[in-house]
Amino acid sequence: MKLNIDGLLVYFPYDYIYPEQYSYMLELKRSLDAKGHCVLEMPCGTGKTVSLLSLIIAYQKTYPLDVTKLIYCSRTVPELEKVVEELKTLIEYYEKETGEPNDLVGLALSSRKNLCIHPEVSQEREGKTVDGRCARLTASFIRNRAKHDMSIPVCSFYEEFENQGREAPLPPGVYNLDDLREYGKEKHWCPYFLARHGINHANVVVYSYYYLLDPKIAELVSKEISRNTVVVFDEAHNIDNVCIESMSVNLSKRTLDKCQTNVEQLTRQIQQIKDSDAQRLRGEYQRLVDGLRDASVARETDMILSNPVLPDEVLQEAVPGNIRNAEHFVSFLKRFVEYLKTRLRVQHVVSESPPSFLRDCSQKVCIERKPLRFCSERLGSLLRTLELADTTDYSSLILMANFATLVSTYAKGFVIIIEPFDDRTPTISNPLLKFSCMDASVAIKPVFDRFQSVVITSGTLSPLDMYPKILDFRPVTMATLTSTLARASVCPMVVTRGNDQVAISSKFETREDIAVIRNYGNLLVELSTVVPDGIVCFFTSYVYMENTVAAWYEQGIIDNIQKHKLLFIETQDAAETSLALLNYQKACENGRGAVLLSVARGKVSEGIDFDHHYGRCVIMFGVPYVYTQSRILKARLEYLREQFQIRENDFLTFDAMRHAAQCVGRALRGKTDYGIMIFADKRFARADKKGKLPKWIQEYMKDSVCNLSTDEAVQVAKRFLRQMAQPFTREDQLGLSLLTMEQLQSEDTLKKLEQKSQMVEF
Amino acid sequence: MSRSSEEVYLIINHVKHKKTEGTLYLMGERIAWMPDGKDSFSISHLYADIRVQKISPESKEKIQLQLVMHDGSANTFQFSNPMGRASQLKDRESAKELLQQLLPKFRRKINNELEEKNRMLQEDPELFQLYKDLVVSGVISADEFWASKQGQNQQVSNTSAKVNQDVGVSPAFLADIKPQADGCNGLRYNLTADIVESIFRTYPAVKMKHAENVPDKISENDFWTRFFQSHYFHRDRINISNKDLFSECAKKDEEDIQQEIQEKINDPLLDLTQMADSTLGEGYGSTRDDTQIATNPSNLSLIRRFNHHSTMVLKACDKKTQPSSSSSSLSSSKSSQGAATNGSSSSIAAHLMINGDSNGASEKEGDLSLPPSSKKAKLKEKIHLDDLEEEGDSSGPALNLAKMERYLHGPTPITTSQYHTSEDMIQASFNTQMQVKHWIPNLTQVMTSSSAVSILGEISPGGALMQGTSQQQLDQMVPAEIQQELRSLYLALCELLRHFWSCFPTTTKALEEKVVRMKANLERFQSAKLNAVKAKLTSSYTVNLIGHMEEMLNAAYAKFGAWQNKRLGKK
Repeated sequence: MKLNIDGLLVYFPYDYIYPEQYSYMLELKRSLDAKGHCVLEMPCGTGKTVSLLSLIIAYQKTYPLDVTKLIYCSRTVPELEKVVEELKTLIEYYEKETGEPNDLVGLALSSRKNLCIHPEVSQEREGKTVDGRCARLTASFIRNRAKHDMSIPVCSFYEEFENQGREAPLPPGVYNLDDLREYGKEKHWCPYFLARHGINHANVVVYSYYYLLDPKIAELVSKEISRNTVVVFDEAHNIDNVCIESMSVNLSKRTLDKCQTNVEQLTRQIQQIKDSDAQRLRGEYQRLVDGLRDASVARETDMILSNPVLPDEVLQEAVPGNIRNAEHFVSFLKRFVEYLKTRLRVQHVVSESPPSFLRDCSQKVCIERKPLRFCSERLGSLLRTLELADTTDYSSLILMANFATLVSTYAKGFVIIIEPFDDRTPTISNPLLKFSCMDASVAIKPVFDRFQSVVITSGTLSPLDMYPKILDFRPVTMATLTSTLARASVCPMVVTRGNDQVAISSKFETREDIAVIRNYGNLLVELSTVVPDGIVCFFTSYVYMENTVAAWYEQGIIDNIQKHKLLFIETQDAAETSLALLNYQKACENGRGAVLLSVARGKVSEGIDFDHHYGRCVIMFGVPYVYTQSRILKARLEYLREQFQIRENDFLTFDAMRHAAQCVGRALRGKTDYGIMIFADKRFARADKKGKLPKWIQEYMKDSVCNLSTDEAVQVAKRFLRQMAQPFTREDQLGLSLLTMEQLQSEDTLKKLEQKSQMVEF
Repeated sequence: MSRSSEEVYLIINHVKHKKTEGTLYLMGERIAWMPDGKDSFSISHLYADIRVQKISPESKEKIQLQLVMHDGSANTFQFSNPMGRASQLKDRESAKELLQQLLPKFRRKINNELEEKNRMLQEDPELFQLYKDLVVSGVISADEFWASKQGQNQQVSNTSAKVNQDVGVSPAFLADIKPQADGCNGLRYNLTADIVESIFRTYPAVKMKHAENVPDKISENDFWTRFFQSHYFHRDRINISNKDLFSECAKKDEEDIQQEIQEKINDPLLDLTQMADSTLGEGYGSTRDDTQIATNPSNLSLIRRFNHHSTMVLKACDKKTQPSSSSSSLSSSKSSQGAATNGSSSSIAAHLMINGDSNGASEKEGDLSLPPSSKKAKLKEKIHLDDLEEEGDSSGPALNLAKMERYLHGPTPITTSQYHTSEDMIQASFNTQMQVKHWIPNLTQVMTSSSAVSILGEISPGGALMQGTSQQQLDQMVPAEIQQELRSLYLALCELLRHFWSCFPTTTKALEEKVVRMKANLERFQSAKLNAVKAKLTSSYTVNLIGHMEEMLNAAYAKFGAWQNKRLGKK
């Protein structure tokens, strides 16, 4: 259908539209008009992606000068592929409706692992090995050498691409990862570099967060993207963690040992070169004196090492004199490694800020801040000069150099914590230096500054005002949309006590209590007798789940569960869990029904959807607080309090509730879907927890379902399931949760929509 | 003794049945009981008839054995060996053991078909009544009855019902083996044939062990004792020592798990290993204190075991219905090598046949990733919002017509008494037309208006002439049992008529013969059943309640007459 969104003609590839999709597009349009950022929450399964794409593509077509590009970031590979498929549908619809051939280029970019078509390299399953082997075939100096020496293997796909592909732009169309591979095979071009090259002129780019947020990759991949770009972060409820992770470094004793060997290797390499080709080293020295950033040599294939700090922090001056000479630099590194080693020899936990670390460093080993800042830059240059293509051997040293650059660049928002041992095993010495980013806004700031519109969206972003605070930006629109449902297909409830009236809670004091564990078990057993097909349970942590399962086994609860359903449990091994998931789905599919025990914040809770019969009921056993004893967390909380005036408890609860919402939201992936959401902890009933759940869940959380015992909950579930089993047709939805073109044009509906959308203006 | 040649496996004296002392015989094909002092069996059951045997619990004073038959009846035998409780127990055990071995053998012998027929009769009381009326009274033979039924069934549902579904394994079967304390510091496990079957189906490795060791190396009993003693059965599997009989099984399980993990998961939406697209290297990012702790290995193995158990239970049902489902083909065929004697070669052949398309072919090549097309379909399915789409032309399942003309023309009304040819019909309609055309109303001889009004009053409901004619009154007039009887008569007759009419057109010799036979059947039915009822009814009712049935019969006779004339004419 063709929509009129505030004066903009939008092609929407369906015959009907959900009211919230319409509102969503309105909000989005407003922020694009204002050229500002926005935060939008809309329930899962209401077609967020298709609304986003429809509007932004329409905007792009109408105002080609204002918006030139859409960058769509998502979290997982399947997620990315889904977005590209949606884009394909949309473009097909455009072609059908307008009758004009499509002139847009849309493509997905992923790591080499997912794109490589080289017959040998693509067989590797480990991402890092693929990268390494690719570099060994495509690095510029290797290709140079290969020109003279035919025996040196190069990647024919890359060579072909280099010869022909660069000039020929991608023909208009939408390219998913598979399509890119196909296209690459057909033309005999390397799909990965084709895609990387294509980014610059593509209209829509779909890739993972890291390509924008991790400075190491963003520098390589996303450098040349213009300002008139709309950036979308989908599933952005965890975006602060991604930001933090891309800027944090951990150094263990083992890493430092490896660094030492790396340094020795380097020394040997330098010696060799000095004997054979001293000119090369001299040339490098000269370049460094001139302050050139190796621009001449740095090609996109030489992904040896890029600066870990953000582009605006990179120094534009010459490398300081004392590390220009290769040998000097290596001995400089040696000294720094030794220094770090001594720092790791501690008996108690040390926590300090980067400035104090630098001061100590300069006092002890006379290493100043400035050369440290150039550390990774300099190491990159050296590795290139030595023509070491596969840098995987040097990863430890690179890690350390990155740390050196980061620690000397950022004085604020970071903390260094040195722990002599793991808290759980205080007798085993396992020193670890954690350099941790505490301020999520550091990594994302350049993104906000650089692009005209950044859209942060997800199904679960409540409470909305937290995100602008922790990411430190000013959105022009913030809106949370609830899903209009023709029937109450969400059934959230809070179970606070078992049948024996003992309160259930996963809080630390009671979580080992046998009565609590038994009550949790009975809740699951009772529900497994009532709920058809799949039940998914989330525990607060892996350890807790293990202990509970062991206790359930002893109490005979597992046997009772198995009487009704098959039991599958997430493990820490991803492959094993995938297998369990596969069998879980099989069991749901063939009607046996199954229970999946899983962990909040785990891989399952982040990446797997349990739509329809795969998850008729989700049980959240306890409030999924983060492990609060962690020192990094403590430091971060303190920082948040001082910098952004966010109270510790507020942040912890916010964090717990967004994960809880994420977990329970896994079960509901559409309007025809329905599911029971059970929050099994008495603390969920409190206003400060409940209030932080997304609106679309809160709506259905009447007071009457907020303090239930197990058997009451089972009764509610039974009634709910009976209701849901009634036939449900389009006619029931039309006009309410589903709009036709005509309905959309009527005044009433528009007014209703206006009221519905809950605006949070700033 | 009825058959002297029968082999007698076991004779147990001092067995009481209903307070009478007697002797229990376990023979080649049946179990029988003879009261003392007589020389014939008063109870005799074929093993095939026995559904299950039950024994009295340990705590009970009497030592009893109960046999429950398929028809629901039961016989209880009490063992009353004067030598004391111990020997009574021993008697019972020996009988039980033997039965345990014998019953499963005979269970399979029950004709599947008979069972099915039995079930059909039990489920459908009308069918049962029909069966009684027609077959038991000898109107038609049982074979004929079932043959026609089967044909009907197939018309209704060509494929369903015929595929009999395998019964899966209960996931809690191990939990159902509740150990009982036997009072002297030991545990007793009750194993039924079903549980053993479940264990074998779920854990082929155990079955293999069983086949290897029993009975040459250890006895059945010993095997299971060791099984339950083994850590294999219990939670902490890590501590299995090498001496343990089942250590190999545990190892094999472990291998199976690993192998399945190695086989890449085909579903891109489920493969967690391939999901992340982060290029964060080792050492970057914040360590998650919470999830990355070394955990208790015994707990981990427990969790692994649950996963494995559930997987195996799932597979146990898979295996039979589709000998090799595409994803588990390798492992299942491997694991069943020792187990199933029908061989893995056949299953692989089947696999090839199933996956004859490109999908299967690519799998064979060892290309493990999903072909793009099906992966794309999966993604498409995920992103598609069904309810936003206009409902397309939903092409329902195609109507499967066995006889097209029947559908097009609809049922033809049964003509009264005479069978007409089409010429008759044309002639009749012509005559009527002629009559109507030439009708001249004779207005001088009409009734007076007053008498017309009175007659109208008489024939409207409540009038004198309308008494005893309304349907409702007839309904009340006839008692329920007669209605019931009529109903069953109707059904029986309809069934016979169906047989009769289904013979036309008589294309084969067999059908011709059947027509003749059915005609005879109909006549027999009329003389034997219908006339008897008619005689009974005419005495008490003025209305001819079976008039319609007679009409139907007459129509059939007329048709038969016409057909026979035609046939004779041809000759």
